[in-house]
Amino acid sequence: MERLVVIGNGMAGARAVEEILERGGRDRFTITMFGEEPYGNYNRILLSNVLSGVEDEAGIFLNSLPWYEENGIALRAGVRVERIDRFARVVRADDGSITPYDTLVIATGSRPYVPPIEGMHHPRRGYHQGVFTFRTIDDTRAMIRYARDHERVVVIGGGLLGLEAARGLQQYGVQVTLLHSAATLMNAQLDAQAGTILRRSVEHLGITVEVGARTAAVVGKDRVEGVRLADGRAIPCDMVVVAAGIRPNVEVAALSGLPVERAILVDDHMRVLDEPHIYAVGECVQHRGQTYGLVAPLWEQAKVLADQVTGRDRTAAYHGSRTATKLKVAGVDVAAMGLTTPEHDDDEFVVFAEPRRGVYKSVIIRDDRLIGATLLGDVSKVGFLMQAFDRGLPLPEERVRLLFDLGGPAAEESAAELDDGAQVCNCNGVSKGALVSTVHSGVKTLGGVMDATRAGKGCGSCKSLVAQIVEWAAGGAVEEDPSATWYVPGVPMDKPALMAAIRAKGLKSVSAVFDALAGGREDAKSKMGLVSLLRMMWGEEYQDERGARFINDRVHANIQRDGTFSVVPQMKGGVTTPAQLRRIADVADKYQVPMVKLTGGQRIDLLGIRKEDLPKVWADLDMPSGYAYGKSMRTVKTCVGSEFCRFGVGDSTALGIAIESRFQGLESPGKMKLAVTGCPRNCAEAYVKDLGVVAVDGGRWEIYVGGAAGAHVRKGDLLATVDSPDEVITLTGRFLQYYRENANWLERTYSFVPRVGIGRLRALLVDDSEGLATGLEERMTAAVAAYKDPWKEGADPATPGQFRTALPLLPLPRVPVREGGQA
Amino acid sequence: MTANLVEYRVGAVAELPVGEARAYAVGADTVAVFRLRDGSLRAVSAICPHAGGPIADGIADAEVVICPLHQHAFDLATGCSQTGQPPLTVYPVRVDEGELVVGVPAAAISNLVPGAGSTTGVA
Repeated sequence: MERLVVIGNGMAGARAVEEILERGGRDRFTITMFGEEPYGNYNRILLSNVLSGVEDEAGIFLNSLPWYEENGIALRAGVRVERIDRFARVVRADDGSITPYDTLVIATGSRPYVPPIEGMHHPRRGYHQGVFTFRTIDDTRAMIRYARDHERVVVIGGGLLGLEAARGLQQYGVQVTLLHSAATLMNAQLDAQAGTILRRSVEHLGITVEVGARTAAVVGKDRVEGVRLADGRAIPCDMVVVAAGIRPNVEVAALSGLPVERAILVDDHMRVLDEPHIYAVGECVQHRGQTYGLVAPLWEQAKVLADQVTGRDRTAAYHGSRTATKLKVAGVDVAAMGLTTPEHDDDEFVVFAEPRRGVYKSVIIRDDRLIGATLLGDVSKVGFLMQAFDRGLPLPEERVRLLFDLGGPAAEESAAELDDGAQVCNCNGVSKGALVSTVHSGVKTLGGVMDATRAGKGCGSCKSLVAQIVEWAAGGAVEEDPSATWYVPGVPMDKPALMAAIRAKGLKSVSAVFDALAGGREDAKSKMGLVSLLRMMWGEEYQDERGARFINDRVHANIQRDGTFSVVPQMKGGVTTPAQLRRIADVADKYQVPMVKLTGGQRIDLLGIRKEDLPKVWADLDMPSGYAYGKSMRTVKTCVGSEFCRFGVGDSTALGIAIESRFQGLESPGKMKLAVTGCPRNCAEAYVKDLGVVAVDGGRWEIYVGGAAGAHVRKGDLLATVDSPDEVITLTGRFLQYYRENANWLERTYSFVPRVGIGRLRALLVDDSEGLATGLEERMTAAVAAYKDPWKEGADPATPGQFRTALPLLPLPRVPVREGGQA
Repeated sequence: MTANLVEYRVGAVAELPVGEARAYAVGADTVAVFRLRDGSLRAVSAICPHAGGPIADGIADAEVVICPLHQHAFDLATGCSQTGQPPLTVYPVRVDEGELVVGVPAAAISNLVPGAGSTTGVA
């Protein structure tokens, strides 16, 4: 066995050892690790969370003490190496021990930089009492202890660490003043403007910030009483935290005669220059003139080191890192990469600043490549920017798209670049992390993940992103979701096959379909889709089973969050009369309707109706159902058109009413919201409807299909421009019927139309290229003829107790029939 | 503990359509009773633990009911949620002379409505 000795038990040392173990290092080396701190290995980055109380100490340990034992590593915690004898190949430690090595890894990291400030040190005690640095778990504990019974702290250093310390210390009730010698905060990562905005955000948190403030002295004899600045100002305080940066910890290496400049010099193999048996990794190394204080380069270095040390891959080489950081500093999101300011005259520099909200974004582009970016306050675009920076991806022509998601079909954000915490499903609050862990727990189909997390089961607009994430998380091992093409999950057939089977076997009820096509196995999730399909296919011949319908379709009203219902009477084209309005007002009074609301579809919604009152409300209204609850034709929105409007070029109101009269209540795979507008000013929003009609000059009408303005926004595609209202009605009928017959369950037209393609729809429906038109029209005519106002059921309930409340019932006096065991 | 079961007649089984559910007041509880397509009965608490949705308005099959408000699914036999919610309570239910009879543990009743002996008749 060869002897591997590692000096340093921080993140770099431990990571290097992990990588070595992964490459079979355990069988090859006896491993000894020296760590100055008497602990296992922890995530130093998270110390600021420990300070702020977000995390406890236990939560930040990466490798606890048993881990070393399990992996056969001799951990010498709390022991400091004093010297390396590179000729004898031994290390000498402060406990007098001498440890021989065949291979040595130096991972001594950094130490805090403490500027030469008068009074910082106590002649006998090291640091003055009340003066702290912020690097280790012991530092953190000491700061917490001290802050608890002191009142004013000065933090020296307005970089990342200083800001974290300042924010964290606030938790202990101390007044915090942050001193920074440069003109703006975080000047190593941020340009001046961003630094100024960050300062405002930090000040909003109640931290006093002084920039351009050089600390000259710590004042106070036995205890800290304040600090004095170079300009003579005095700031009283009883605690000082120095967070002025870090310096590579190279003392031992330098003492031992290893090549050291700013840090230990290593080659592309992470080997110390001219030392065949000594490697170094992490913050203590200088590679091609660069030192790194971030964690990402360290991971890359550790891999190369392990490949070399174990001989797994002698060609492995480290070529340096392009560092990009994304972090939350003092509660503010910050991301920075590459340059902070343009350097050449022809560098493109795009900046957006909104200081009031604490938002700043800038990108620097050279030769069409991203060479720098800074984001503050809003880092939503960081995923793409980091990739573009790292890999030199092509950039959008409109540079502003680098900073914002503009409306319209934005470039799909790829699954990989999303943050784990990013909320993917905004309806059900499902994060990317939750999706990924579901996949990792063994669910490898899209449907399975959606069932388990309910992602994509609200408005559905995130479904494609959920699919991408599942695919990405499964790493190509995503299992073909056999049910993905099925019309409903409980019957293994796509829509055309299902329709053919239903027709061939004459299946007219939902239970008949389950019996014939699903082995008799009912599936609650499939019922609603089957009801819709069977009603569309069979019209009046459909055999109803109430229990198969969604509650809305059982009682012809839209269920609300409290279990009451909303009632929307039909108001064709949004046109009403004083008599109707009086009746609605009377009903609202009589049933004490909690809210009367105008809908987006130009109707009147009575909200908060109890289920048991529905039949009486309908009877009193004496108006037909407006179908504001089903997957069906909802409404035709209109403007006042040529009748009154001085701009109108077509009678949109009359046409809208005619369309609504003809197609009222038709069930369909998804809602169908229509509109007719009297001129291209589009007051009725026809461009963003499932089907929208726009009057254009010359008595012509444009028909748009596939528009949407809900969770998804899309302008419809122009299907045709026609010369008369009759032609509009004909084409509308063909389109709606084609959609009813061919769209998947719950597939809105905004997905259906792009899926089929507007060109193909034009050919099929307008040019009748395949002779479908007559059939479509005939079937539509039959469906129209089968229309019945469902609110007539109020007088003659379809099932017993159809309108019984399902909400908590008052306990009625009832006598128990029996007591005791009746086994 | 059947020894402490108190049973209630809640209504005629003929008034409960096949494939649907109705809500009934049972002691101090509101219970959704389902009449499945095979004719068997299931009884679970009528209020969805997620957001108070009316379980009796849900779509059911032989195994689960789906709450109409946010599509949470519950096993009708065990009450357990398949979508990560707390469970529904399951009640024993049977038919006696054409009437639905739902059982409630006596202890549960006395806990819920202390001193409500006049309406519940707990012995």
